[in-house]
Amino acid sequence: MSMVRPPALERAPGQARFPWSHVAGYALSIVLTLAAFWAVLGHALPTKPLLAGILLLAVLQILVQLVFFMHVGQDSKPRYHLWLFSVAMFFFVVFVVSSMWILTFNTPIS
Amino acid sequence: MAVRMEEVLSRRTGDPSSTDHPGHRLELSTEDGVTKIFGFWMFLVSDVLLFASLFATYVVIYTHTANGPSASELFGHDVSGFLAETLALLTSSFTCGLATWEMHQGRAGRLKFWMIITLLLGLTFLGLEITEFRDFVSQGATLQTSAFLSGFYTLVGTHGAHVTLGILWMSLILYQLVRFGLNAVTARKFYIVGLYWHFLDIVWVLIFTVVYLTGVM
Repeated sequence: MSMVRPPALERAPGQARFPWSHVAGYALSIVLTLAAFWAVLGHALPTKPLLAGILLLAVLQILVQLVFFMHVGQDSKPRYHLWLFSVAMFFFVVFVVSSMWILTFNTPIS
Repeated sequence: MAVRMEEVLSRRTGDPSSTDHPGHRLELSTEDGVTKIFGFWMFLVSDVLLFASLFATYVVIYTHTANGPSASELFGHDVSGFLAETLALLTSSFTCGLATWEMHQGRAGRLKFWMIITLLLGLTFLGLEITEFRDFVSQGATLQTSAFLSGFYTLVGTHGAHVTLGILWMSLILYQLVRFGLNAVTARKFYIVGLYWHFLDIVWVLIFTVVYLTGVM
């Protein structure tokens, strides 16, 4: 078993010495979570705007994960994964929203 | 294993620091790494579709409680439980990000440290979830009780199964890092399990919002 040594790693000029963007992402995700939690428990808004509000907070939270932790959009290669994830999110919304929509018809089967 | 790693390393596309990617993106320093990370994003898309169908099922049937407990009765009496689960998983996603950052600095020791913290937080999450499920079942809320509960256990349980797999997977990568050190292959493997871990956090954010918060509203 030969040992494979990693190549010498040079710190790129201007590269942060502290993972500030990760700390910022974590702080944002905690704030977004607690905001949604307290909005719901405190009944901050009527039901429909509240639902829209917490869904918006969830979408922001997902963007925080994607940008701060999964580094989407920070690669200089063709951004295949950005397109792939956009397609996935599109399918997700179609699956869930169309299932809810079709049930709003609520017509009995004759 | 060693033969394969050497073969992969021999296909290195030269000095990584001379490409578009700075030298610290070790996982992207080989053709093999770039291809496999791309392939993993394709897997994540199919996993999104799995969760999309489970979410669609849940939102359609969650009001069908068949005289069993409703979402607000079940989740409302102890909101600290699912909040703790959420904070544990959010923090583990952060520590997993720190592990990736340390890997990009070439510091294998700190990478392993943050991996262990991430694994411990993952186990904490899993423990809280198992306790929650056991609590619900002891109140008579089982998988068979109602359509709502079938949808709930299937959706949240599938996520829990993913976390369980993630813990086993990351433990094996940790073992490989200890055994083989940080190189283009182990860097790619850790980067991929890290993507998987962040993805599970994204799914949990949706479960937290759509299942738990909507449930107690």
